[in-house]
Amino acid sequence: MLSIRSRGVRAEDEPTDGRPVLSVRGVKKRFTTRRHNTTALDRVSLDVREREFVCIVGPSGCGKSTLLNIVAGLDQPDEGDVLFAGKPVRRAGPERVVLFQEPALFPWLNVRANVEFGLKLAGVSGKERHARAQRFIELVNLSRFERAFVHELSGGMKQRVQLARALAVEPRMLLMDEPFAALDAQTRDVLQAELQEIWSRTQTTILFVTHNVREAAILADRVFVMTPAPGKLKREIDVTLPRPRSPDNHAVVDVAAEVRKELEHDIYASPAPEDSYVI
Amino acid sequence: MLFRIARMALFYAALIGLWQLVVRMEIWPRYLVPGPRDVLDSLKTDIDNGLIPHALKSSLQRLAIGYSIAFGIGMVIGIATGAWRWVDETVGSLVLGLQSLPSITWQPLAIVWFHLSERAILFVVVMGSIFAISISARDGVRNIPVLQKRAAQTFGARRLQLYRYVILPGMLPSLVQGLKLGWSFAWRSLMAAELIFVTIGLGHLLSVGRDFNDMNMVVAVMLVIIAIGLAVDRLVFGTVEAYVRDRWGLSQT
Repeated sequence: MLSIRSRGVRAEDEPTDGRPVLSVRGVKKRFTTRRHNTTALDRVSLDVREREFVCIVGPSGCGKSTLLNIVAGLDQPDEGDVLFAGKPVRRAGPERVVLFQEPALFPWLNVRANVEFGLKLAGVSGKERHARAQRFIELVNLSRFERAFVHELSGGMKQRVQLARALAVEPRMLLMDEPFAALDAQTRDVLQAELQEIWSRTQTTILFVTHNVREAAILADRVFVMTPAPGKLKREIDVTLPRPRSPDNHAVVDVAAEVRKELEHDIYASPAPEDSYVI
Repeated sequence: MLFRIARMALFYAALIGLWQLVVRMEIWPRYLVPGPRDVLDSLKTDIDNGLIPHALKSSLQRLAIGYSIAFGIGMVIGIATGAWRWVDETVGSLVLGLQSLPSITWQPLAIVWFHLSERAILFVVVMGSIFAISISARDGVRNIPVLQKRAAQTFGARRLQLYRYVILPGMLPSLVQGLKLGWSFAWRSLMAAELIFVTIGLGHLLSVGRDFNDMNMVVAVMLVIIAIGLAVDRLVFGTVEAYVRDRWGLSQT
């Protein structure tokens, strides 16, 4: 287990090679319904460096999606700050594009027009838009489906389109909210492999939320283990295994087991269902 | 496809045959229940002498103007009620109430306000179709999946861009039903209004036919009204529906 270094989550002892591109400081978020008053996030802090791949792993309902939405600017924290490239995040924007679990594609647009969507909003000219869309559609291996409509695509293909649409605007950071959770195991394996390759080629910074510990072990440079009620980052685990990583690689399985052990500790004490994370 | 056409042809042939048979039995006098032959002759004459084409043209013109106005105002009301809760709770409830009024009940007001004029007819047509359109536009705005709006936001879409690039195109599946309903209400309202106002138009031809006891003409004009209704439904809305099915998939329509 030489490949794993782990330590506490206190940011002070982080060896920074370069300033963090994302800095979350003491973020608190409460949700109030008529009967319940839940603390979704309790003083969560984390840094993500440029070109880093960071995974947040936790069971359903631990607040990891809430954290992602706050980083995206789709949601506001009750307390604490989110700094992106040194500036506080106030609203959502194309420098931090979100990939959702359910593919939020536009059914009236074909694959290419979907991929061009962000570029169109940014006012990129038609010709340039077209060329860029084509390049990213190629990157996600969907060239044959450029003219297909959303309902004609499989779940995995839809997520590829979402990825291409996000990459096309060349965001500084990708925020991925369990993008492969709704896919079958085989498709998930393929997409994890593709994402590793795409990430190494584009060198985008990625914050990836998942309940799948093996997925985190395959993808991440660093894994944050998150525990529910209230949502807290419990532990940080560095993963320094060489890439590309196969899901069956022993070292990957070891990392996954390590993460899982951390989660299991809390899972029985928490109100989340037992099957809410998988290996 | 060929089989379906043949089946349809057979159905109509049987229907006309039955009609002919009933007329032949002479249960009712010929001038009350005309036969298919007489109606066809009357249709031919009235097309040839320009009566029907002339009436058709002015009816369709009125319809185009009235429906366009209803579409414009209906979309504005619908989008506003879809976008803001407070508009929905005020204007929206009024629209729901007015929707239950048969359009011809606007006619007394129309006559008082606009007298027996072109504008009075247009008023009835607009009132007949506007609410169906605005209700479906409201539903269209409401039915856009939240995730699609959030996706647009993460690409930096501002409110106006959200409407232009997501909500307006995305509301089509809901909207098309209301547009179709609005069109058929407009067509019916127009015929009802023309029956009462003295003016050139298909509805007016019906009342002329009644005045001259010319049932051949009455039925001939009714056939024209049906034909226009079917044609617009199939050609215009059929095309839009096919477009929606093509893009959204079958599950949505």
